[in-house]
Amino acid sequence: MQSPAPKIATANDLAAIRDSARQCLALPHGQVREKILLCAGGGCIASGSLKVKAALERGLAERGLSGAVSVVETGCLGPCMAGPVLIMGKDRVFYQKVSEADVADILDGHVIGGKVVERLTWQEGPARTPVPLQSDISFFKRQTKIVLRNCGEIDPLSIDEYIGRDGYAALAKTLSSLTPDQVIEEVSTSGLKGRGGAGFPTAQKWKFARQSPGPVKYVLCNGDEGDPGAFMDRSVLEGDPHSVIEGMLVGGYAIGSSQGFVYVRAEYPLAVERLQYAIDVARSRGLLGSNILGSTYSFDLEIRMGSGAFVCGEETALMASIEGKRGEPRPRPPFPAQKGLWDKPTVLNNVETFANIPYILLNGGAAFAAYGAKASKGTKVFALAGAIHNTGLVEVPIGVSLREVVFDVGGGIPKGKAFKAAQIGGPSGGCIPEQHLDVSLDYDSLNQLGAIMGSGGLIVMDEDSCMVDVARFFLDFVQDESCGKCVPCREGTRRMLQIVQRICDGKGSLQDLDLLASMGQTIKCSSLCGLGQTAPNPVLSTMRHFRDEYVEHIVDKKCRAGVCRALITFEITDACTGCGACLRACPTKAITGEKKRKHCIDRKLCIQCGMCRNVCKFGAVHRE
Amino acid sequence: MTSSAPTPCACGTIDEETQFERLDEVISQHRDKPGALIPVLQIAQSIFGYLPGKVLRTIGEKLGEPYSRVFGVVTFYSFFSRVPRGTYLIRICMGTACYVRGGTEILTALRTELGIEVGQTTDDRMFSLEVGRCFGACGLAPVIMVNDIVHQRVKPDAVKGLLAHYRKLPRT
Repeated sequence: MQSPAPKIATANDLAAIRDSARQCLALPHGQVREKILLCAGGGCIASGSLKVKAALERGLAERGLSGAVSVVETGCLGPCMAGPVLIMGKDRVFYQKVSEADVADILDGHVIGGKVVERLTWQEGPARTPVPLQSDISFFKRQTKIVLRNCGEIDPLSIDEYIGRDGYAALAKTLSSLTPDQVIEEVSTSGLKGRGGAGFPTAQKWKFARQSPGPVKYVLCNGDEGDPGAFMDRSVLEGDPHSVIEGMLVGGYAIGSSQGFVYVRAEYPLAVERLQYAIDVARSRGLLGSNILGSTYSFDLEIRMGSGAFVCGEETALMASIEGKRGEPRPRPPFPAQKGLWDKPTVLNNVETFANIPYILLNGGAAFAAYGAKASKGTKVFALAGAIHNTGLVEVPIGVSLREVVFDVGGGIPKGKAFKAAQIGGPSGGCIPEQHLDVSLDYDSLNQLGAIMGSGGLIVMDEDSCMVDVARFFLDFVQDESCGKCVPCREGTRRMLQIVQRICDGKGSLQDLDLLASMGQTIKCSSLCGLGQTAPNPVLSTMRHFRDEYVEHIVDKKCRAGVCRALITFEITDACTGCGACLRACPTKAITGEKKRKHCIDRKLCIQCGMCRNVCKFGAVHRE
Repeated sequence: MTSSAPTPCACGTIDEETQFERLDEVISQHRDKPGALIPVLQIAQSIFGYLPGKVLRTIGEKLGEPYSRVFGVVTFYSFFSRVPRGTYLIRICMGTACYVRGGTEILTALRTELGIEVGQTTDDRMFSLEVGRCFGACGLAPVIMVNDIVHQRVKPDAVKGLLAHYRKLPRT
């Protein structure tokens, strides 16, 4: 804790800290001649980056370099699959898949010897050419970082480093020279739309809340990132929590609020921990509390943790949850801008939306609007996952094509497999097939294809994914997460699931497709909240783009991806060596055979779990 | 794969009386805050390990909330449990990325190895098995979470070793 650190009482104090922090961020400074920026995002921690950090610090001490080289735990650098990753601060050489065993090479080879450790560098192309510099790596080269501007650059727990990169300067500018109306005007110029999914213009939301009468208003930040496949908000909260706090401070000033809440899901313990730390520090330094930076503006923040309910990402449900109730949505109007949390005017924005605000206020709305396409401005963070080489977090200008994101930034599909679809927008979104790979990633273009921008989860699927099964997966998700308040969502999604399940089981009929389409439309029109209104999207979009796969399941009783269990069989081929691994793995004892003799599967006992195929080291289990 | 031990909950290490004393403290700290019920329930669950009826009644009485409302909230959110959980809560991610990268096979392996179904706890109270909806580690799918530790790129045949690792850790 930076307890002896001075209060930041005026804009001048802030500027002084910024200047000295800038020096510290630059290299070399004082004794420090090299900085190792080690990713400590949730992904790299799971890959063991904290062990690497300990090894680095041990190694530095052994070599008498502790003062000369510092190891900084940063937020997410982006390429999760390559973790643990690090960047050597001075020349920005990027190392991937670093383990404790590699530390000696990095210290002796790079830090002391001044030579790049080639085996740990990024490799590109079929020839796997080493690309040592971060700026040359295509994964980074094609990105534009506004939201993630500090992720991977600073220690997320250091408010001084944040200030050193112009942090809280937007707040200072706002409080000293802008009226609330001017703030809203600037945000309006930027064209910023809500990054949580629906894409409602942020400035308009703020304007409505500002116009609502009453002394008590609230600013809420939605960090209930429930869409499976999305981890942008988690990474921002973990990697640059102060940017969210600053965004909320500006929002509070614009609408006339003095209290904010950040709602973070309980699945993100690290995000909660870092955000809480950042809030405590900001408060102790005087950037939260009364009379911020010598102005008359007062604002404070509290975290509320979710308790595992997807529907709480919906704004009225989220508010009910903060009020301590079951997270059930209510009809609108009245809209939260008039009657929100505890019936007071309330603004609710997503984490990523708030993280954009400091940039917009500091650089001007026009600078932000210079990025983007058509009516969608700025950048968007996407979480790449699934069958894609470079899984992780990327930020690109809105309007780049899906092809660029998947193939240029994402590095394409691994193992030489073919791209089949990209699922975008989570359970509210849809699947985009290969023929639309060139679609521009903006709000309108995606809507036209039956998908949505959503929060930014982008899951790539190859030939091993069955699109009917994917639709079934999402229906299972929404019917499970439906709060049950309104009938179309509660009953409708369950009936749709039964029908799609029937198709997966090979018992569907062609009429089922018409029934699904008409039910989908009804549920969309008649549900109370966004969850139900978008719940049929995954089914409708897969039926639209992959109808032939549905027909195949129904008419030919075939699942080409080999996913739908009722439509596949397993068989042991002559490649079997009789090692017995499958026999031991089979949960239903369906496999028999003598040691060193070919084994066989009893189809009556087989439940098509595929465990035998997974454990076979000889590729002897054939699936049809 | 991370091998460090997660922090097990404090339940079981302190007697019931102390647990209720702590609960009282938490309630008095939160009593005057609006919307206190859910934070209090969250902390109560970390004290007791789960939320037995007696705890819910105490919370309801002291916060001035009818039992029906407390019960309604507890049953609405999947993080609250009214039955005791194992020392290690294993949550397997069934988010989209983990699902398409073979999460179902990990689930099958866990069910087979533990001999329990989703929502159940092993007889020795060592492991509970639950399904989660995305932990935000999609880039490393499929993942499972054991208490607060994320294990990435889990393979079905690695499940056995993973469980053995936790069985060997000292139990509190």
